[in-house]
Amino acid sequence: MRPAMRVAASSPKAPVPEAPAADAPARSRWSATLVAGCVLAGLVVAVAALSLLWLPYAPDDTSGDRLMPPGAEHLLGTDKLGRDLLTQLMIGARIALTVGAGSVLLGGVLGLLAGLAAGFATRWLDDTVSALLDILIAFPTLLLAMLIVAVRSASLGSAILAIGLGMSAIVARLTRVLVKRVLAQDFVTASRTSGTSWPRVVTEHVLPNIWPTLLVNLALQLGLAVLAEASLSYLGLGPPPPNASWGRMLQEAQATVLTAPVGAVAPGVLLVVLVIGVNLIADGLRDVADPTRRRTR
Amino acid sequence: MSLLDVTGLRVRSAGGRDLVRDLSFTIGPGERLGLIGESGSGKSLTALAVMGLLPSGMTASGSVVLDAPGTGPSEVVGAPERRLNGLRGRAVSVVFQEPLTALDPLMRVGRQLAEPIRRRRRLRGAALRAAVAAALQEVRIAEPGRVARAYPHEISGGQRQRVAIAMALACEPALLIADEPTTALDVTVQAEVLALLGGLVTARGMALLFIGHDLAVVSGITDRVLVLKDGEAVESGTVREIVDAPRHPYTRSLVAGARHLDSALDWTNR
Amino acid sequence: MTTYLLRRAAFLLVSFLLACVVLFLLLRLLPGDPANALLSAGATPEQIEAARHQIGSDRPLPEQFATWLGQIVTLDLGESFISTLPVGPEIASRLVVTVPLTLLSFLLAVAVAVPVGFVAAHRAGTWYGSLLSGLSQLGIAVPAFWVGMLLVTVFALKLRVFPAGGFPRDDWADPVAALTSLALPVVTIALVMSASLIRYVRSATLDVLGSDHLRTFRALGSSFTGAMWRHGLRNAAVPVVSILGIELATTFLGAVVVESVFALPGLGGMLVKGIAQHDYPVIQGILFVSTFAVLLIGFAADLAQRLIDPRLRGTVSGGPR
Repeated sequence: MRPAMRVAASSPKAPVPEAPAADAPARSRWSATLVAGCVLAGLVVAVAALSLLWLPYAPDDTSGDRLMPPGAEHLLGTDKLGRDLLTQLMIGARIALTVGAGSVLLGGVLGLLAGLAAGFATRWLDDTVSALLDILIAFPTLLLAMLIVAVRSASLGSAILAIGLGMSAIVARLTRVLVKRVLAQDFVTASRTSGTSWPRVVTEHVLPNIWPTLLVNLALQLGLAVLAEASLSYLGLGPPPPNASWGRMLQEAQATVLTAPVGAVAPGVLLVVLVIGVNLIADGLRDVADPTRRRTR
Repeated sequence: MSLLDVTGLRVRSAGGRDLVRDLSFTIGPGERLGLIGESGSGKSLTALAVMGLLPSGMTASGSVVLDAPGTGPSEVVGAPERRLNGLRGRAVSVVFQEPLTALDPLMRVGRQLAEPIRRRRRLRGAALRAAVAAALQEVRIAEPGRVARAYPHEISGGQRQRVAIAMALACEPALLIADEPTTALDVTVQAEVLALLGGLVTARGMALLFIGHDLAVVSGITDRVLVLKDGEAVESGTVREIVDAPRHPYTRSLVAGARHLDSALDWTNR
Repeated sequence: MTTYLLRRAAFLLVSFLLACVVLFLLLRLLPGDPANALLSAGATPEQIEAARHQIGSDRPLPEQFATWLGQIVTLDLGESFISTLPVGPEIASRLVVTVPLTLLSFLLAVAVAVPVGFVAAHRAGTWYGSLLSGLSQLGIAVPAFWVGMLLVTVFALKLRVFPAGGFPRDDWADPVAALTSLALPVVTIALVMSASLIRYVRSATLDVLGSDHLRTFRALGSSFTGAMWRHGLRNAAVPVVSILGIELATTFLGAVVVESVFALPGLGGMLVKGIAQHDYPVIQGILFVSTFAVLLIGFAADLAQRLIDPRLRGTVSGGPR
């Protein structure tokens, strides 16, 4: 569940050198990855955006017959409470993206700050922070999320807080490694010797050098956050109704999978489309950010 | 009859670029040829093409014929892996540039050295251990016992390269390829390793293909020199001819560079 | 090696203590008083007072922590708010399901991922190499519980070859029945886990395939298979082993979720129920046990890595550095 660790091993080669003309075919394949990812993820984003403007039915409209098959009235049929599946699915897209983006924002900002602090800190503080991060990371994100949901109650905010906090430890550890690596380079030492202030070292040298790797990692984290939200919701620990969530929709449809298969398949398909899309974007970004790493996975 | 006969060799990258173009040369038994050029001139790729070990994606065309006693004449380009396995080690073996990564980091030096000896001489047990110690002594390693038990990261760069030479020689090849074997070493160690390599090759009557970027080094150990630039041979001849009367501008700059260094050294020695 | 073991064990102990502090603070500080959660669950004032007294949240924080730590050291995990049964034995009885589920899934995932990842790297240029990479890309995007649902639909509801869920009442008294009920859950977790493992194995294999030392031994006459066998597998294992620890911990987590799909009476079901009921001693006990397991797994993974890679061992053979 943590391909994130892998990225930490990649080298932060920020300035993108022009690829020689001979490698042009390989290069266009990378952008194909990026385009495919954008198309898949864009599909889900479009559905979520549409749900803000228009929905086939009201989210809590239970007027339809129960477990209707797809038809003219309900394009994808209804669930066991008589709600329109398409409506639920569209709201689910919105919730998935909200939780994903919210936790990436939270985890990203917290992790970046903590990582910068640890990266610049004196040895003693750095060791303490790293040890703490190692422990937090040893803790599977979902377990941490469940813990936080347990002490708060299940809500949209809890889900974001829970997943974001778990993520921040991973982002912090990556940031710390990247910062250390940049600080060890000669041009930074040269710049420090010539009297550049710390804040300027951060904005001029550190951030420009670490953001490509960080961005790739955050994209991967977005996919993981969407998966984590689905798992939480499946366990009944996610955002409660009227927020429709794909994870809960799947859980509710599990008992009637033979009689009403659409409800047990459609949310899963959308979930996979979104996560694959986001992962492809991450892969595409990695290839753009660091052309020396040609491991397409 | 020549030991190695390269005709019209071309190495092409995955992207379709020619990295080595229309290269031809021969090496007879016991001869020593130097391949000289700057990095990216295709000299190391030539060595790999001769062994049939180009990185995946790169393709060789043209002809590379190895004719060593015991293996018979064989075309390397396009040969099946099984045929190549018989040639590598027996007809030709190699010492690479970077001795740290060229050895298996997870295996004790002695066991790594034992591998080619066992394959070539079919020794086992105590006889094999004795052969390993002898091979280490032959490359003038002071404490063969300790080095044999050490992992590559535990010995010095010079010792590692001596081990790599011992492994290549243990195969008793007809042709030894040395791909910049001293570039990664300290200057003082360089001279020792070069002298050692030259002496061992002479003692065994092997042919040598020596690859380097430094004319002074290459001319010191070889009889003939081939100058490579951007994947093409620009000049070839005996060391004397090349040093005394370089024709191509690139060769002239190489010679001038070496002279310059020489006179600077003379001046400081005075 | 002994010094290393001692230092690593000390680190394990310190990590565990730190983890306990984090756990404790998260549970006590985030919501204020855990008893409040009970209140929202509709408990009577007496129940809340009893709960407050039991977890000691009416006393100062350091004292609470000391008591709590004391209990943990003596392996007393307290009693459930809801059932009033001791948590420790309950967890032990649940582990009978969760541990075999985790280990079997993990072993199956490794058994699948190692050959598949190797082939995906070795045959990267071919259509099936690309297909395997594509499948692993799909695998990491699929939530485990959905895979479980789909497998149940096909193999339990349609084909009726495996039970849809549950576990024999008498646990492992009938091993065949127990294994049959674990079959689909194990396959579910293993499928999802192997997808991410394949990617690690593939990239480790690619590194080895491009390594200088493999080229050296082939240049000296080793066949590809021989060189790979003697000088490739161990080298590829180094990075893979370093993430196996995290993967095993993740497998355990996967088990927690997948147990819900198959209604298995394991730790996962207990945890989910505990969270839904705000049953703090239960949550705390499970988190304590799983944290310890995760740290122990990390310890084992570090040790395994040192055994494989001499560079991590320092100067055992007395080299110059």
